Amino acid sequence: MKRRSVMKYAAVAAALSMGLTACGGSGSSDAKESGTVRVTLANHVWTEGIKAAIPEFESSTGLKVELTQLGEDQLSDQYNVKLNAGSDEIDVMMYRPLQEGKAFAKNGYLADLTEKVSSDSGWDWKDFQEGPVKATTADGKVVGVPIITEREVLYYRKDLLQAAGLEVPKTMEELEAAAKAIKESNPGTAGFVARTGKSAAVTQFSSFLFSFGGDFMDASGKSTVNSAEAKEAYAYYGGLIKNYGPANVSTDMSWPEAMAIFTQGQAAFYTEADSLYKNATDPAKSKVADKVGFAALPAGPAGSKPYNIPSWGLAVNEASGNQDNAWKFIQWATGKERTLAAQKAGVPGPRASVWSNPEGTSTYPKDLAEAIAASAKNGVGHDRPEVVTVGKAREIVGEPIVASITGADAAAAAETAHEAFQKFLDSEK
Amino acid sequence: MSVTTSPRSAARNAGRAPNGREKFSDWTNTHRKWLFAAPAMAFVAVLIAFPLAWTLYLSLTDSQGSVRAATEFIGLENYMTVLSDVERFWPAVGRTLTFTGIALVCEVVLGMGIALLLWRPFRGEKWVRVAILLPLVATPVAVGMMFRLIFDPNIGFVNQLLGMVGIPAQPWLSGQDTALGTTIFMDVWQWTPMVVLILLAGLTSLSEEPDEAARVDGANSFQRFFYITLPLMMPTVIVAILLRGIDALKTFDILYATKGKGGGSFHEVETLNVYAYGLSFDYNQYGLSSAVLILFFMIIIGSMWLLTMRKKAVSK
Repeated sequence: MKRRSVMKYAAVAAALSMGLTACGGSGSSDAKESGTVRVTLANHVWTEGIKAAIPEFESSTGLKVELTQLGEDQLSDQYNVKLNAGSDEIDVMMYRPLQEGKAFAKNGYLADLTEKVSSDSGWDWKDFQEGPVKATTADGKVVGVPIITEREVLYYRKDLLQAAGLEVPKTMEELEAAAKAIKESNPGTAGFVARTGKSAAVTQFSSFLFSFGGDFMDASGKSTVNSAEAKEAYAYYGGLIKNYGPANVSTDMSWPEAMAIFTQGQAAFYTEADSLYKNATDPAKSKVADKVGFAALPAGPAGSKPYNIPSWGLAVNEASGNQDNAWKFIQWATGKERTLAAQKAGVPGPRASVWSNPEGTSTYPKDLAEAIAASAKNGVGHDRPEVVTVGKAREIVGEPIVASITGADAAAAAETAHEAFQKFLDSEK
Repeated sequence: MSVTTSPRSAARNAGRAPNGREKFSDWTNTHRKWLFAAPAMAFVAVLIAFPLAWTLYLSLTDSQGSVRAATEFIGLENYMTVLSDVERFWPAVGRTLTFTGIALVCEVVLGMGIALLLWRPFRGEKWVRVAILLPLVATPVAVGMMFRLIFDPNIGFVNQLLGMVGIPAQPWLSGQDTALGTTIFMDVWQWTPMVVLILLAGLTSLSEEPDEAARVDGANSFQRFFYITLPLMMPTVIVAILLRGIDALKTFDILYATKGKGGGSFHEVETLNVYAYGLSFDYNQYGLSSAVLILFFMIIIGSMWLLTMRKKAVSK
């Protein structure tokens, strides 16, 4: 009796410890093609639309969709951990071709979709714009399908401009003059707001850099952040925020913070990605929803050269055992119908046919549609250094932006950044 | 058969079956202390020792980009790189120690004060205790988010309050010089109650006699506190410092929730933990990151060893 109970305890203890240690393993063993597609998406207007439409995909294919939705930073952490571990728990992933694309492709995390994209003429891979396709292609292999494209545009407050008797600024000088005039005549309202976080601001600063005639690197892959044009751009962008920005400007702002200042009615001009326009025009999110106007980025010495990039794409995890079904989901989510629906809901897409279809821009404010068309014509295909470890590169080239915002010498900061950036580029070779 | 007659072997022999083989139940009886500890030991081995060993191994390689990529063994090179890095590593060490030191002093002094106030019974003490424990049950990330709103330079509650009494708006979390102080304040706000709990437990278990004797001898309350209560409380205070110190050194959540990756644009709140995290998750330099973590681990172990030595000295 007693003997048996000791045995029982020992057995339970052993089982418990086994159970505890087994928790770390993966709980699912259905690595074979399963009827469940596990999709990881970022918080975005596009995701909201897809989420609502998933039931129709489920009923037409008989597959089940398991959706994980995360903020941008959490998303890339999640990928870092899971893909590094070779996990098969993700089938479809929403990723940033310009941010993680190179690193993921290099590490072999992305499945080769070359055959799959050309297998269905109805879905029509050729319909996708060239720039976005280039960004989701690595070493000649297609590794992702673009879903969202972005250009930087000028958000402005019609009422404030009217009250000041100003025209919509067409050049950088005019923008500065208008920001100055509005700030001076409206105490408590900033003339200009934009992202200020060291790494977050890099993408929005890039359009200014291009419009001043600079770039992060030259054709041979050498750093050019200390060129005269770059120094001028750094000084201009930082100066706008320092001189005409919000009173207590934080140097940690990404788009949610900057957008909040604009939609609270505390700024006249704001440069930001067009794909976020709904945040400013939706009365539920914005106090100035009916007063927002849009224009193409004002021209610098080199013209108006905003970035025109695919900000997000869908890819299939190489380690997934469910690649065919994952592809089915992507095919549905990026089809002509869904792309049109997403675009009408306010997300600029990558399909040429949707852009040429009048319905594609029917829901857009007229001035925004015009700004997008103009930007698509003379846009630049990248908005950040095109390297493997983008995170680090952004911190380096973003340094002079923050220095300039806080009133330090932008030119000196650009020289320091140039040295660090060149060292970084050499280390990546 | 051995002929020793120690009680233990006698017990062992008594349980033997005629064929000389030990019964399983007796074996379990004699080894019970190991048996009962086995699950815990397995747990420690798998969840603590292995990751630590793996981190140590990674810190000696040039692992980067992907953990599964081929790595080369480079000896102590990562440690050389890290220890000679005056731009990010040493400032991070400084910030870690500053954060921990200031937060600890504030928490222990405040905690002691509050514990003394709660020591003697008074009316409504239940409510006061509940109110004091509230910050403890809040999730640090949520606390970070909440303070981010409260301290927002433009639309934050604190600056509007200051504005009412005519003090100019402060940058708080977004200022280069004020960010670390603000996060320390948040840490103090959240964790002082834990120190109060520990010290209160210590206070209530003190015997009354020394205090009464001092009172009879005419010692005033300050003397009684500094010469009687505090020395008697010292072991408990050190326990509180130990527990809180380890946690404060490792603080990550409130820093990340308020300033994000890299501890802000100027790395103003980048402590060792935040730095190691950024090296891994933002730069994908797993070798370097592991080296930082191993050094960090040594700092923690070292400071805790010093404290336990101190505790032994005061407990004598």
